[in-house]
Amino acid sequence: MLPASAAPDANLFPMFRLKLAYISSLTWLLIETIQETADHAWRGRVPIRIGSLFAQADRVGAGSVPLVSLVSFFVGLTIALLTGYQLRTFGQEQLVPPLVAIAFTRELGPLMTGIMIAARVGAAFTAELGTMTVSEEVEAIEAMGIGPLRFLVTPRLLAVVALMPSLVIVGNMAAIGGAALISKVVFSISYRFFMESAAESLLMRDIVAGVLKSLLFGLIIGLVACFKGLGVRGGAAGVGEATTSSVVTAIATVIGFDTVFNIVLVSWTA
Amino acid sequence: MSNDPSSRPVLELDQVRLAFEGEEVLRGVCLRAMQGERLVILGRSGSGKSTLLRLILGIVKLVSGSVKFEGAEVSQMGRGRLNQMRSRIGMVYQYSALISSLNVRDNLALPLEELTDKSTREIEAIVDEKLALVGMADAKNKMPAELSGGMRKRVGFARALVLDPALILYDEPTAGLDPVISAVIDELIITLSEKIEVTSIIVTHEMSSAFKVATRMAMLYEGRIILDDTPGHFRESTDPVVAQFIHGEVDGPILR
Repeated sequence: MLPASAAPDANLFPMFRLKLAYISSLTWLLIETIQETADHAWRGRVPIRIGSLFAQADRVGAGSVPLVSLVSFFVGLTIALLTGYQLRTFGQEQLVPPLVAIAFTRELGPLMTGIMIAARVGAAFTAELGTMTVSEEVEAIEAMGIGPLRFLVTPRLLAVVALMPSLVIVGNMAAIGGAALISKVVFSISYRFFMESAAESLLMRDIVAGVLKSLLFGLIIGLVACFKGLGVRGGAAGVGEATTSSVVTAIATVIGFDTVFNIVLVSWTA
Repeated sequence: MSNDPSSRPVLELDQVRLAFEGEEVLRGVCLRAMQGERLVILGRSGSGKSTLLRLILGIVKLVSGSVKFEGAEVSQMGRGRLNQMRSRIGMVYQYSALISSLNVRDNLALPLEELTDKSTREIEAIVDEKLALVGMADAKNKMPAELSGGMRKRVGFARALVLDPALILYDEPTAGLDPVISAVIDELIITLSEKIEVTSIIVTHEMSSAFKVATRMAMLYEGRIILDDTPGHFRESTDPVVAQFIHGEVDGPILR
């Protein structure tokens, strides 16, 4: 018999179950998409349209470069400025370059890029697929025997998974650029010293962890966005609701997985 | 035509039951569509007529009963077989459901490019032929948003025809169109079925167009087919539900 004080925790269980159900439906979507695509390839056909993959890649990748680099540049700059001030009281400004470099490659780069891509690309995927669902276009694609998962979901998933690491690298470079600029102006750290010190502090392990994370985040964002888009019910309002929900869910899931990833990584390497 | 022993059923529905969220929509529907006939399914809005079409395509799953297309059980099909069957059925949607990001030509070419090994030139020829068949040859390079409702519907017809289907399903083909365009669409359904000898199933609640195109009619009411007969017998039917529906009267068993 549980003590009365445990009662609030009882509410956690259904919530946890809901989360599990959600994760299982995302996994189901992934498996179905892979199966449908493989099925088509098995019958000796080109599984996806190269043109459509490139169009999505252009949208996800090239289209996101301005946003990702701009935001990362200013966040890198701000972090360098704030930590630099604190470190100056101890006469340790030279620690700014390794701090920014490590923070971005390992943690902030993938996380911030993930949030930005969830907002920019995830919202676009959900709104687009949602509108197609509402206007019966998705059903028509299914009714023709083309397979909506293969035709619509596969190119989007591939594009976002493949291009997340590249975007994270662009973001990291912009952040280090911003930090180097402010370090030069405010703390008189030369660009050369900044770059050398940053490069020296980076470990392969951190860089690989960052890239792995970005792949995972890309997959999460793509799956959540497509799942929400294809599940839209009830017209224009439904599309709006699904888009909001897609962005919120993707961001929350990205942060959740980031935490899990960090815990696993730390306990594994310790 | 249904009495002709040499003709075979393209589609057979037997004791089909279907429920949505606990509510029974279809309660044992039995229906057959024979080769080359134009079967009109009548029924009130929300009576499950459109759902019936989705059931034939295997998009919604039935609770019990059997749906057979050309003798093969739809619910038993795996993904590959199901997609193969779907490419033998053309579906014309109420709101056309053209892919809005593709122009008319690409909308028609899509199933051909995705599901056949035809060359670009062959595809081009088929697209031109089907567009000419529905009188939309001029609209080839237009986007769906640039077309009127009637034009979009005709492009939807052409798209349903590109894979030379054995069966065409029409979901409310004349709903929301002006009388002249409705007449054109009705004419088109008849012409298509006569020219390419395709079997047609037309779901509608517009009586004038129903009587014009049908070679056989079936009335869906409260989840069952209550009458399945020729248009002539339908007109003379003494069944109170059928009579009220056909003549659009306020008084009768429907809505009471």
